[in-house]
Amino acid sequence: MTVDVLQLDLLTSRYNYYAVVLLLGIGLYTLIESPDLVKKVIGMNIFQTGIFLFFITLAYRTGASPPVVTDGGGPYVSPLPHVLILTAIVVGVSLTAVALALIVRIYSEYGTLDEDTLEELYYD
Amino acid sequence: MIDHLPVLLVVLPIVGAAVPLVASLYTDRAGWTIALVTMLGHAALAGLLAREVRTGGVLSYAVGGFTIPYGIELVVDGLSLVVVLLISAITLGVLAYARHAGPHENTFYSQLLLLVTGLTGMTVTGDVFNLYVFLEITGLAAYGLVASGREASAAVAALKYLIVGTVGASLYLLGVGYALAATGTLNMADMSEKLAAVGYDSTLVLTAFGLMVGGLTVKVALFPLHTWQPDAYANSPDSVSAFISALVSTVSAYALARLLFSVFTVEFLTAVPAARWALIAVASVSIVAGSALAVSQSSVQRMLAYSSVSQFGLVIAGFTVATPIAVVGATVHLVGHAVMKGGLFAASGIIERETGATTLGGYAGMGSRTPLAAGAFAILALGMVGVPPAIGFVGKWYILVGAIETEMWPVVAVLLASTLLTLAYFARLGERLYFAEPTIREEGAVADGGEAVTDDLRPPPGRDPSNASVSTGMLVVVVVAAVLAVALTAAVPALEQLLTETLPPLLQ
Repeated sequence: MTVDVLQLDLLTSRYNYYAVVLLLGIGLYTLIESPDLVKKVIGMNIFQTGIFLFFITLAYRTGASPPVVTDGGGPYVSPLPHVLILTAIVVGVSLTAVALALIVRIYSEYGTLDEDTLEELYYD
Repeated sequence: MIDHLPVLLVVLPIVGAAVPLVASLYTDRAGWTIALVTMLGHAALAGLLAREVRTGGVLSYAVGGFTIPYGIELVVDGLSLVVVLLISAITLGVLAYARHAGPHENTFYSQLLLLVTGLTGMTVTGDVFNLYVFLEITGLAAYGLVASGREASAAVAALKYLIVGTVGASLYLLGVGYALAATGTLNMADMSEKLAAVGYDSTLVLTAFGLMVGGLTVKVALFPLHTWQPDAYANSPDSVSAFISALVSTVSAYALARLLFSVFTVEFLTAVPAARWALIAVASVSIVAGSALAVSQSSVQRMLAYSSVSQFGLVIAGFTVATPIAVVGATVHLVGHAVMKGGLFAASGIIERETGATTLGGYAGMGSRTPLAAGAFAILALGMVGVPPAIGFVGKWYILVGAIETEMWPVVAVLLASTLLTLAYFARLGERLYFAEPTIREEGAVADGGEAVTDDLRPPPGRDPSNASVSTGMLVVVVVAAVLAVALTAAVPALEQLLTETLPPLLQ
């Protein structure tokens, strides 16, 4: 019986991780399935957001205070994943910028953003 | 200053990358000179570093002076030293080639130096998150370089590369997250100890291994995840295909080796045979499928690209066998492949400029029309097959000996079969070059009949047909690559000594 209770506990308390899995899934699905190049880039962003949320969740501790050292002391939230994700967000923004620049160029050359139409033009 | 060598190697090219952009205010042709000066500095630093490592052993550097497991650590041992020297040498070769072949814009040289920054950073870092950052810098610069082709197809190839590459890097980052959750550290040396303490059968550790290694195999372009690579190589300008094919996958493969030996260690591979066999299976499939795809290509550059898929399978198989001799073999093949594949792409660029031939059919009879480039191409191709005394032979031989020692018979079988398969596509090309009737007529004439002809007269994607001349510098690069493909064999004992001096702690 204890096992059941534990699983119920997992189901109700770890909703952050469900959000992570959901975001990763939605992102990857959009990235693979959508024929629209812009939507692919949006999918890529959602996928990365899932990873960001995963790191931030890792850092969290129940009842901990923000990692600013004060008189009170006590458990702090781990600042390391926050710093990592700050860097990863910057990387993500640069990637999106480059991707969008490429998309602008593809559109001006081929006049379409649809992957299937593009495929026909590309191998023509 | 000598104490700061590892970090200077990264700082120099990133500062150099900013200079051409500023210079654009005055002139648009200063990029090459700036890149050359920067890379000569980089080579000098790499030389000094080589001296330091040879006399003082493994070098460790704390970035910003932060205490090591908390701050970022840069580590230079024998393996990373070899890769740093390779980056320096290949970039200088590419610069000699690009002097005439272009692109000539300042922005191109900025991206080139950024790529060098990323590659050097990946090589010297001793921190798993830092590796991710440099992986993305390398990626961003490489996407930009692929897109620098003038044809629109270059942008499509670059976007494909960007999307697949980002997924790969993101998976790696997710793996870093799992490893961080398991150990609470990002420093490679520290992490390897704590992973052992957590236990290699822990789900967290296994997931971290799968995600990190899976993410890097995308960057290395092993078989099911290689789809970005042929388009990227075939649609970018000559100088870029030579540069990227020689270095980007090579340094990613190095990063994978670093992860195997410095983070997860050989004990992990022994403790979790499933992980080792999974990686060997991916590598073996990659060897066979890459060769099979290469045989079926008619475009020479796409054939060379698929050949890389197969050769990197070989390198990763060597690293996964993980006996000292197999690791030496894999490193030799890593370096040899970089020199030979870069040389092959450069030679194919020259052949295209001189004769217009880009396909297997077009190469027919071109041996006499561009004797130097075709000769170099043939030597490099034979080296890639593994004909002694070329370096391709030594690498494969060592990996083979390692696989036999550990009685990994499937690897032995695949290795031997791969040599035959490599021979299948390169021998066919050599036969066309020297023993077939030309299908392309001399300068300016309208070619007669034959399917291959219509293919070859069309300006190929990513190339500028108006700029079809060849400089001495370009020829020298190709000839030097061909000479190195044979001469490097003489350097193998020195390399072996260097690796056995610095590797044992990794391979215990």
